[in-house]
Amino acid sequence: MTDPILKIDGVSKRFTRKPGLIVSGLDKLTGRNSTQTVHAVNDVTLSVPRGEVLGIVGESGCGKSTLGRVVSGIYAPSEGTVTLEGKPVARDHRGNVDKLTTRVQMIHQDPFASLNPRMKVGEIIAEGPRVHGLIPAREVQERVRSLLEQVGLEGAYANRLPHQFSGGQRQRVAIARALAMQPELLVLDEAVASLDVSIQAQVLNLFMKLRRELNLTALFISHDLSVVRHVCDRVAIMYLGRVVETAPADELYAKPLHPYTEALFGSVPTLGTGRARFHPIKGEIPSPINPPKGCAFHPRCPLAGPRCKVEVPRLVTPSDNRSVACHLQDGGTGAQTGAAA
Amino acid sequence: MSAALEVRGLTTQFSTRKGAVTAVNDVSFLVQPGRILGLVGESGSGKSVTGFSIMGLIDEPGKITAGQVMVQGTDMRGMSLEEQRKMRGRAVSMVFQDPMMTLNPVLRVGDQMAMAVRVHDKVSKAAAWDRAREALEIVGIPAAVERLQAYPHQLSGGMRQRVAIATALLHRPAVIIADEPTTALDVSIQGQILAEVRRLADETGTAIVWVTHDLAVVSSLADDIAVMYAGRIVESGTAAEVIANPRHPYTRGLIDSVPGLHEPGQDLPQIPGSTPQLANLPSGCPFRPRCPRATDICATIPPNTGTEAHAVLCHHPLEAT
Repeated sequence: MTDPILKIDGVSKRFTRKPGLIVSGLDKLTGRNSTQTVHAVNDVTLSVPRGEVLGIVGESGCGKSTLGRVVSGIYAPSEGTVTLEGKPVARDHRGNVDKLTTRVQMIHQDPFASLNPRMKVGEIIAEGPRVHGLIPAREVQERVRSLLEQVGLEGAYANRLPHQFSGGQRQRVAIARALAMQPELLVLDEAVASLDVSIQAQVLNLFMKLRRELNLTALFISHDLSVVRHVCDRVAIMYLGRVVETAPADELYAKPLHPYTEALFGSVPTLGTGRARFHPIKGEIPSPINPPKGCAFHPRCPLAGPRCKVEVPRLVTPSDNRSVACHLQDGGTGAQTGAAA
Repeated sequence: MSAALEVRGLTTQFSTRKGAVTAVNDVSFLVQPGRILGLVGESGSGKSVTGFSIMGLIDEPGKITAGQVMVQGTDMRGMSLEEQRKMRGRAVSMVFQDPMMTLNPVLRVGDQMAMAVRVHDKVSKAAAWDRAREALEIVGIPAAVERLQAYPHQLSGGMRQRVAIATALLHRPAVIIADEPTTALDVSIQGQILAEVRRLADETGTAIVWVTHDLAVVSSLADDIAVMYAGRIVESGTAAEVIANPRHPYTRGLIDSVPGLHEPGQDLPQIPGSTPQLANLPSGCPFRPRCPRATDICATIPPNTGTEAHAVLCHHPLEAT
């Protein structure tokens, strides 16, 4: 195996909301603490070898987008490190983005919001390489043209404005903009979620083509399990800031080990199974401000035992290429029936 | 017993500088009480405008130029605006795509839901809040009493959409038009809402028109399917039949482009081209330029070449199996 190009090591990201003037004054008098902390990402460790597409799957608030932003250097991690080819992706003490972070490019969900409506598409694509001096000025036009053609648009479209394109075409422009930086790593945050099915198929085909041609490494953040299965080699399932399971895509879909993964698969409507009876997961996703003690999934888990309420399960590796954070895989939940290891 | 909703020959046009654009073209369908119709199509197919037309929510420059919308046997289109307003929210209500646009950002959830109650029913504020709380519980919102005090921006997207669905349910309408209501939601939350909606239709007999682009959702939720393309229903039938045995080349292409059914990593079959501009549709079958089976005869509007139960508007339908 090649060395991983991306290493995420023990990364946590917390957001803190400090109370206003009056409440903080009251806090001082009464000795309370009204500071609220959201644990968006909690002790995540992952690595991605070159050429792999790693799917990050989870529901809102699980921290998948925050993780994507930490990896892109948009957020500095509260703890832990992200390294790309051995060098940390982070801001220095002045808040300047290291040159390295230009080697990670993000593609966002909504191409209507991510493209500046007042800039021509050609300028949008050329801006990054121009600012960072990646290509000489006289080659910019040619490069923009070839990038547009690479993503399946006509080179002449460089003079058009974003509003002249459909959603699918705009997402192609966003992909071209990301590729213009010749990134080591792409972070796609729900990149096809807003597209029509037939257009989504076109963009996914484009992504898979580019991947083959350029040997792209990517984090593919999505909530769509069938899309993830189609394009990802390996999948990490997140719940409330933590990775609960990682596995090669085919093994994960064949046999999920974590009860949350299983429940997630159970609530997805699939084509062709007829009028399915849904087995949706009970309850809401708990607030990341006050995550449940122990295993964060225990209030919704049908298999939870006493141990799940007090002890955070560690990631164990039932086989070489899988990992799962569940007491069921690590000595049992402490329940009478589930005591077998 | 009359159908909860019957739409006959509905045609909605928008006048533009380039002349009239027909967004909904001679659309007819029928939804019985307790049944869910999945109205499927891509952006620009006219599925949302169909929903708006049923609700009577078409504004200038749009106009419903033909057809009838019968709710429990009475034609909404023959009514005065005042009568229509009494039907809306009570006999037929709507859940929109974007809950951030439909909820008033400066009113507490409870206030705006209570307002919706009191528009139609003369009850006290307290009773209205109580009904709002019940509706929130029906759609699975925990701590409903506290949520009523919240402003929309304090809720997650999924929660906001639940509030919108709960609001549509307040008067137990005969028909609910739901326009892409779970598109923006998480899978487990979508699963919960689909299960609730299915239960609602089964238990209360509410008829539901579920407007969506997501075939997987429709195939697991709906009883019937109508597939729209460029303003027309091109194929319709029971959900099981249409999904298992699509006969229109467009439906076939749409089903084939869903990732879940293919070997991972393989190129997905894709429909060439893009959805047509309604302003300059080709003559005859609108799918003609993208269709692998098209011939000269497709320059004329295709008739129903299927059966009444499984209608397909195509000169060259795929074989029935």
